[in-house]
Amino acid sequence: MSAVAGQAGEIILRTSGVGKTFGKFVALNNISAEFSRGAITSIIGPNGAGKSTYFNLLCGAFPPTKGSVEFEGKDVTGLPQHRFAHMGIAKSFQITSVFPQLTTCENIRVGLQALVSRYDIWRPRARLTELVERADELLALVGLWDSRERAAKTLAHGEQRALEIGMALASQPRLLLLDEPTAGMSPEETRTMMDLIVKLAKERTVILVEHKMKLVLGISDRILVLHHGELLAEGTPQEVRQNEAVKRVYLGQREH
Amino acid sequence: MTKAAQSIKPHRATTGSWYEFATRHRASIVAVVILIFPLVMPFTALAVNILIYGLYALGFNLVFGYLGLLSFGHAALFGTGAYLCGIAIVHFGWPWYAAIAAGVAGGLLMALLIGVLAIRTRGIYFAMVTMALSQCVYYLFYQAVDLTGGENGLRGINVRTIDLFGLRIDFINPMIRYYVIAAFVIAAFFVMSRILASPFGAVIEAVRENEMRARASGYDVTLTRLLTFVLSGGFCGLAGALQALHLSIVPIEILHYETSGLVVMIALLGGMGTFFGPMIGAAVFLVLENIVSVWTVHWQLIVGAIFIACVLFFPAGIWGTLIARGRR
Repeated sequence: MSAVAGQAGEIILRTSGVGKTFGKFVALNNISAEFSRGAITSIIGPNGAGKSTYFNLLCGAFPPTKGSVEFEGKDVTGLPQHRFAHMGIAKSFQITSVFPQLTTCENIRVGLQALVSRYDIWRPRARLTELVERADELLALVGLWDSRERAAKTLAHGEQRALEIGMALASQPRLLLLDEPTAGMSPEETRTMMDLIVKLAKERTVILVEHKMKLVLGISDRILVLHHGELLAEGTPQEVRQNEAVKRVYLGQREH
Repeated sequence: MTKAAQSIKPHRATTGSWYEFATRHRASIVAVVILIFPLVMPFTALAVNILIYGLYALGFNLVFGYLGLLSFGHAALFGTGAYLCGIAIVHFGWPWYAAIAAGVAGGLLMALLIGVLAIRTRGIYFAMVTMALSQCVYYLFYQAVDLTGGENGLRGINVRTIDLFGLRIDFINPMIRYYVIAAFVIAAFFVMSRILASPFGAVIEAVRENEMRARASGYDVTLTRLLTFVLSGGFCGLAGALQALHLSIVPIEILHYETSGLVVMIALLGGMGTFFGPMIGAAVFLVLENIVSVWTVHWQLIVGAIFIACVLFFPAGIWGTLIARGRR
């Protein structure tokens, strides 16, 4: 459980009746939900439930077809993706997404630089030493300090995922969105990642998309269950576990 | 964090090889090479050509190698620089330095125009849109006969002397002409080095590496691309202006798509996305052209075969391959 869960009550993010259609296919239909500051909220559901679509609406990867998204009381529906980082929302991708040729340290340094200097073509960037120092702190936090000089493409899968979290943290987000952060990880890497997420949630709000229900039951304050693009159930892990509709959906397929 | 404090030094000097040295002093090295270059060349006009095409490729490489977009319309930027410089001298009687400034401004402005229209497309579409737009520019200058001389080219760009703070420099003397042009090219290389080392330089590479990630990190990818394209236009405009002064004429062929293709070949040959690659590519290409064309009229056949061999066996280009070897 995250330490600041007690302050919950203040709404950091709200979606009102959001829906997304791709052509004639309705990926997501009329989802209204509220996310509390300081909590870990998990979005779960079987394959094709619309989790990733919902995630992409929350982080601004694409706008909803209808409805609106509100962050800290401001309507952010349809804002371009790059604005989200500046507002305090950061995300990690489902498919690992780093700058492959750049070193691990440079990956994070570039992430940090986005808040400080984006269009300066004259001052040497070597002078922005505080960025390198801050990058090193983040590398230590996500456990990659030893790999700081290696090109990101040479890192192991689990390390790349950790690097991605570090890059997301670089924009100093108040809301951290993670799309299946343990996808493709070994059990050991998964445990390390879960520990890291709990640690990160002490200082910021975390919204997590996860396919494997077991993984998130232990760490979440609140869980949303999506099914066929609809909000099937919502509540504490206890409530969701006992929900009949959820049981039916999850029993219908193999437990992972 | 003690680890952080220790890390700042080893961050730069991990390998300490010749490559590190070359990177740190890249602009100075170019300057030295350019200064002794004409002494080893068979004739100075060839050396001047290499300088100008090297500068043109340097500007092109910013978009091609560093930003990762293949433009097939850079002739429009090079040619606009040349024409504007020439027009300023022939029709308006501007002094040489103002004419060069007009060329640079022309390159920047044309890049902005083409960029605004083309920058949202990717890959082959970007190549096609830039090529189509540069063909439009070709016809624009072709039709404006009163200003550009149309098919015959713009003639009469006669700059005999260059006045520099009361000093009269003889621009007809090939060696002096070389060093005047070299001064601009060296300055351009210093500016490029500065841009690549700037925070924006890091953004350019980040956008090339992973557009989605750059966007998620908070960078406006479209604006970054447009600005880079415009900066590239400035360098190509300067190269064009120097070409106009050097040739005393602006042939209409300068806007032809062959000029766009040539710079792609030069950048590939030298090594895309490397600092020295464009100059090395220009030198190798033009020297080859010169040697082989003395020997046979079918020089394009031979040079083309060498180019294909290079792309097949050294896809990283001459300098790119050397870097890969040096890092090992």
